[in-house]
Amino acid sequence: MYNTVISLNRIIKKFGKQTVLNNINFQIPQGRIIGLIGPSGAGKSTIIKIILGMEIPDSGQTTVFNQQMPNRLLLGKIGYMAQSDALYEQLTGRENLQFYADMKAIKGRAANQQIQHVTQVVELTTALDKRVSGYSGGMKRRLSLAIALLGFNQILILDEPTVGVDPALRRKIWTELQNLRNQGKTILVTTHVMDEAELTDDVALLLGGQIIAYNDPASLKQAYQVDSIEDVFLKAEAQQNEKNLYR
Amino acid sequence: MRRISIAKRVTKELLRDKRTLALMFLAPILVLFLMKLVFSVNSSTDVDLATVNVNTSLVNTLDKVSHISTKQYQSNQKAQQALDDKKVDAVINYRNSDFYVTYANTDASKTNLTKAALKSSIIVNTTKQLQTTLQKIQAQVPNAPENRVHQSKIHNKYRYGDADTSFFDKIVPILMGFFVFFFVFLISGMALLNERTSGTLNRLLATPVKRSDIVFGYMLSYGGLAIIQTLIIVLFTVWALNVEVVGNIFYVILINFILALVALAFGILMSTFAKSEFQMMQFIPLVIVPQVFFSGIIPLDTMANGVKVISYILPLKYAGDALTGIVMSGDGLVKILPSIGILLIFLVVLTMLNIIGLKKYRKV
Repeated sequence: MYNTVISLNRIIKKFGKQTVLNNINFQIPQGRIIGLIGPSGAGKSTIIKIILGMEIPDSGQTTVFNQQMPNRLLLGKIGYMAQSDALYEQLTGRENLQFYADMKAIKGRAANQQIQHVTQVVELTTALDKRVSGYSGGMKRRLSLAIALLGFNQILILDEPTVGVDPALRRKIWTELQNLRNQGKTILVTTHVMDEAELTDDVALLLGGQIIAYNDPASLKQAYQVDSIEDVFLKAEAQQNEKNLYR
Repeated sequence: MRRISIAKRVTKELLRDKRTLALMFLAPILVLFLMKLVFSVNSSTDVDLATVNVNTSLVNTLDKVSHISTKQYQSNQKAQQALDDKKVDAVINYRNSDFYVTYANTDASKTNLTKAALKSSIIVNTTKQLQTTLQKIQAQVPNAPENRVHQSKIHNKYRYGDADTSFFDKIVPILMGFFVFFFVFLISGMALLNERTSGTLNRLLATPVKRSDIVFGYMLSYGGLAIIQTLIIVLFTVWALNVEVVGNIFYVILINFILALVALAFGILMSTFAKSEFQMMQFIPLVIVPQVFFSGIIPLDTMANGVKVISYILPLKYAGDALTGIVMSGDGLVKILPSIGILLIFLVVLTMLNIIGLKKYRKV
């Protein structure tokens, strides 16, 4: 049905004695918005770092566009937004964007056009030439997202993109994500906001170092016989605890 | 070119941080100025001596020695009391045709001055007595050849500086290198630490940037900064502090430039081992202070051989050697080449370690 663009096969990752990811199999098809949800500490960020090649799994294989990760040049096709804002506070919003445009090798006029476009998406146009140190928390989050949107990305990986963003803008951001999806781009989003998970095409539930469920929101709700993704999450967590109890 | 973009960004950030900039450019000037004030007052240690029972002609000779003044006491007891009361710095007691000297010894230079003055005065006095005796004998012997003692004068000529050259002039070349090393080490280390902790380094490495681009970008930026810093320090020492630079100023700048790059690479490497800015500060006693001891500010010849070996692994020693050579003896390129070579080895090794070290954040 779809081309697989990101593929994690039998990934095991340990930090010291703690096994964070225990045999993860996770295929992400092209042109979908995938929500990755799970309690904090479940290993969501570790999965992202493995996809980006920042961490190497203890065993298993990661491919992006059928190429083995880590691979530096493939990073040019991936837009990444981390959990922390990670901005240069002494620089203005525009200078931050320009810097990352340089890093992604976007040249001259294309860079200007892109900067203009992404700032419109996150509604930062008026604050673009102010220093980031004067930004509010929400503005920093938006600038961080704008940076991730820069470039000719085939894949977007967003770690908690809408924390601290007000509801109207959050809706706008989701519309933009859906536009990008319709253009054939693949988007992986981690989130704590469960009603956001409803907006994704597929939800992967990460619990106890494993992906215990991976399906579109409607099917998940049906399978767990509940009305919302939040309830799916709670029920799955309860089942997991029960399983641990009897193990 | 990504590394140029990185260099531009790092420079921009630095230029907007006015306090750090002031620290880099003004702090060395302030410290150099203060050191000039402290060290160049050609330290005249004045010594007050108490004499007991010493014959007048010797006391007079002693009095003529510069920075020495004497006072005669009636008894040793009174003189010792004066020593206790810190009115005098030493007591010279003549007893049974020997001198017994008691020193306060709270200031080693005063003790040494007293020893030297006493010794020379005794010699001068003895010579005088011999002369008078000789003249008396000559007067009694008829037809003796006229014996006029020719008093030799001393003519001084200085290869470097002049009669006022002081300890400050000796340490100035090393201090220049030290300031460049210290500030570049600290500020670049902090900057990279900040990139690590704020997550910008991670984000940067999530782009197709090469690890070496990051290290070289930083080098470009801080290298440029070091040139400006060196220029300011050199111009200030030459024009405002009147320190004579015998050799080529260009070589001074060259050495400082290379030293700055070494400091940068060192700072970046050390920042890997620090989790916070406070932990970065903890490297000052471990990394900076030993370099000061072995940089040549304290003469290395006076150190035990085993201790001296330590200096060979410290970059500031080589920079200090080269800078002292250029400033004080006018060393040319050939003479400073070995020092430059060793500094470059430091630079290459540290840079490679840094590029490898970034693998911690991205595996390719």
